[in-house]
Amino acid sequence: MAAYIVRRLLQAVLVMLTVGLIAFAMFNYVGDPVFNLVGQDATAEDRERIRVSLGLDRPFYVQYARFIGNAVQGQFGTSYRVGMKVTTLLAERLPATLELVFAAAVISLFVGVPLGVYTGIHRYGLLSRAFLTFSLVGISLPTFLIGILLILVFSVILGWLPSFGRGQVVSLGWWSTGFLTKSGLRSLVLPAVTLGLFQTTLIMRLVRAEMLEVLRTDYIKFARARGLSERTINFGHALKNTMVPVITIMGLQIGGLIAFAIITETVFQWPGMGLLFLQAIQYADIPVMSCYLILVALMFVLINLAVDLLYYAVDPRLRADRAAVAGRSV
Amino acid sequence: MAFADTMRRALDSDLFYSFRRSPVTVAAAVTAALFLFASGFAPWIAPHNTYEVVTLNLSNAFLPPAWTPSGRAEFLLGTDDQGRDVLSTIMLGARVSMAVGFAAVLFAAALGITLGLVSGYVGGMVDAAIMRVADVMLSFPAILIALLIDGVARSVLPRDLHTKVSIYVLIVSIGLSTWVQYARTVRAITMVEKSKEYVQAARVIGLHPALIMLRHVLPNVLGPVLVIATIGLALAILTEATLSFLGVGVPPTQPSLGTLIRIGNNFLFSGEWWMTIFPGAALVILVLAVNLLGDWLRDALNPKLR
Repeated sequence: MAAYIVRRLLQAVLVMLTVGLIAFAMFNYVGDPVFNLVGQDATAEDRERIRVSLGLDRPFYVQYARFIGNAVQGQFGTSYRVGMKVTTLLAERLPATLELVFAAAVISLFVGVPLGVYTGIHRYGLLSRAFLTFSLVGISLPTFLIGILLILVFSVILGWLPSFGRGQVVSLGWWSTGFLTKSGLRSLVLPAVTLGLFQTTLIMRLVRAEMLEVLRTDYIKFARARGLSERTINFGHALKNTMVPVITIMGLQIGGLIAFAIITETVFQWPGMGLLFLQAIQYADIPVMSCYLILVALMFVLINLAVDLLYYAVDPRLRADRAAVAGRSV
Repeated sequence: MAFADTMRRALDSDLFYSFRRSPVTVAAAVTAALFLFASGFAPWIAPHNTYEVVTLNLSNAFLPPAWTPSGRAEFLLGTDDQGRDVLSTIMLGARVSMAVGFAAVLFAAALGITLGLVSGYVGGMVDAAIMRVADVMLSFPAILIALLIDGVARSVLPRDLHTKVSIYVLIVSIGLSTWVQYARTVRAITMVEKSKEYVQAARVIGLHPALIMLRHVLPNVLGPVLVIATIGLALAILTEATLSFLGVGVPPTQPSLGTLIRIGNNFLFSGEWWMTIFPGAALVILVLAVNLLGDWLRDALNPKLR
């Protein structure tokens, strides 16, 4: 187990160094960083002086090491477009994105799992078929179209919910939250549903497939023979065993949620990191792009790591299998 | 004669039998064929030539669909803000969407098959290096990779050049974000085939490794690759639409379905829903049809499921 953790950690560090290399390459070789800093009026001597003072005359690996060193300390320079420190910009936008992703994850979990259990138990029910058809729609509709349709129905036609922005936010230190005001919560509904719909259908189908599999096993038959109530069997015995794949997929999907938040934030003009990233792409704002890249990569790597470790914590059989395999190979 | 013979064999095959047996698949194929026809011949059969500025008339702008009270019969699905016929823009837009989709899939498949063959056949360090890259790529969603490549291209290329080549940038960025699936599948099959007698025999008679890969191993991977490519086509069309909707895809002079939805979205609040909903519906129907074909192909080519 310890060897496994160490190996996974090393892998994670390697991935981060690779992503750092890409970000570094973007920083240094896309456009001329000196030109970006001083503009057109500087003389050749000025440029040379800045080049030396920035360390751009040093060998590649020295510059890369310095870049990594700065990145670890959270220094990514200033945005070309807004002229603010990149880390400040992203820190301002981080709460909005994380709250949106959190709400979407909660929706997909608390709607997806019960629907999956229901359609798994009542396999041929009319309602189950309706849910499954609905889930097909959820999978084939692209995220941005779902958002547009929801805006059309709930904002334009019915006028129930706001279609853009975060509403009123409350500051808790550096963290600004929309969870505490009514307008903040109302603004959250449509974006969170848009972002979470795909994951909801995915989790529902996954739980359904797992339930169908588990309900066929001997220990469920034995539980029935013991005369346990349907409720205990379905939720106490069956559901528990469907959770391992759900945790994995959910963990991996949170990475997807962060990426797809770019689209949702654009549709709903949600002031998060994704919107910032998209604007950075349109204006070729390299510092913001590379900082976002590293931040998102870090989140993905941490999530993947956590899921892998959780996987082993949840399912004892995996540990036994692994030990057996290791024993045989020796 | 030979052609008739091939046709008869094709109609007798298992594949065609399973195709005929599934009404959903037939419907999906008909829909996809319809899209292919309507968009392929769009410049000649579209009711209006929407990108010829002379024929546009601003007094025709914002007309609702023909069946509504203020609609006009010549504009079946209404007109947009420039007075362009929505049906015609959809046909021309689907043409761009499908062209980008096909090109991206071809690019991704060519790259993935090559790397997969080499990785599986050569093994060792080469294999390890390619697969580590694949692992890193896999841990990021395709849309993020495509966005990033597009962003870098935007800052490297001068602005006017970028507008000219942006459709190729789009194809390359979608292709680069999806090759991993092909590479992994091809690698797995190659590793199995590599140890079989016929490959050993080819090696013994001294064939060049590249020739063995192309002539002997490649035919074995084509079935699974076809399945991945079909589902990949649906995904590529969706990715293209998403990128174009986000404003980093095709240039506005060559609008795809995603661009049309983006333009229409600006007028959603003033009640001109047809400019968004019809291109959106076209996109969803196209993607659904291709996805259903992919599902059928996967089941039909997999002997274990029969």
